[in-house]
Amino acid sequence: MDTPQPWLRSAAAALALAALPALAATPAELLAGYSARAGATAVPARGQALFTQRPAGRDWSCSSCHGTVPVAGGRHAATGKDIAPLAPAADPQRFTDAAKSEKWFRRNCKDVLGRECSAAEKADVLAWLLTLTKPTKVNP
Amino acid sequence: MTALNRLVPLLLATLALSAVAGDHGRTGTPMPPAVAQECGSCHVAYPAWLLPAASWQALMGNLPHHFGSDASLDAATTAQIGSWLTANAGNGNGKHARETPPEHRITRSAWFQREHREVAAAAWARPSVKNAANCGACHAGAAQGDFDEHAVHIPR
Repeated sequence: MDTPQPWLRSAAAALALAALPALAATPAELLAGYSARAGATAVPARGQALFTQRPAGRDWSCSSCHGTVPVAGGRHAATGKDIAPLAPAADPQRFTDAAKSEKWFRRNCKDVLGRECSAAEKADVLAWLLTLTKPTKVNP
Repeated sequence: MTALNRLVPLLLATLALSAVAGDHGRTGTPMPPAVAQECGSCHVAYPAWLLPAASWQALMGNLPHHFGSDASLDAATTAQIGSWLTANAGNGNGKHARETPPEHRITRSAWFQREHREVAAAAWARPSVKNAANCGACHAGAAQGDFDEHAVHIPR
């Protein structure tokens, strides 16, 4: 692919900035960011294991609130409040705001693991979530 | 227990009930979007008048340990939400919240337990209710701060 003229790149960047709200991102961009910080390629299967397994001696897994396959909605384990599906395929708002994603990773990793997640762990989980597709048939 | 000992709590409850009667037309500063957004992520964004200012201050000062969950927020958002909650808190002046309830739990307030005393234990345990924090299960207008008892619908 040809390298665009510098002025064209600047104009395109300015247009992109003007068109997007602050901090807007795509899930793929967030995944790329986490992978870059981890210095490794994400492994979806590892993300699934982290998401669904309750750590020894702890009360919750991510699935406790989000479900084992979070293309469906979840329910807060303590308050009972409904939680929208976490997988971007089921809710396009998910992982489109870097600050919001960081906030929830910080809180929920502490609740589940008792510590914050590493960039590699976040990348693994997000990579797994991005493999999930919305079911085409909904059971009655 | 003497008759007087039995009578005193009843009298106090009657007095408290009459103080909160007709207490549903709330005034005060409207709930800022940050409160609806941040508090409402995990539970109903409880109206500020359900707790006294001292309880809100204690809760907002310990968000990383919020009833067993990490609810931490950045300092600016914490301050914004905290100041609205304390400014609009229950103050005992016709509002529900006057005493600081144990653990700062709304559900352990004397008025809460009194107003829900007719709700059967089995109703609380229903999967559609799950626990007493799930106001919206029976109070359809809870998210808008409407707890009018005439609109209560306990799910079966």
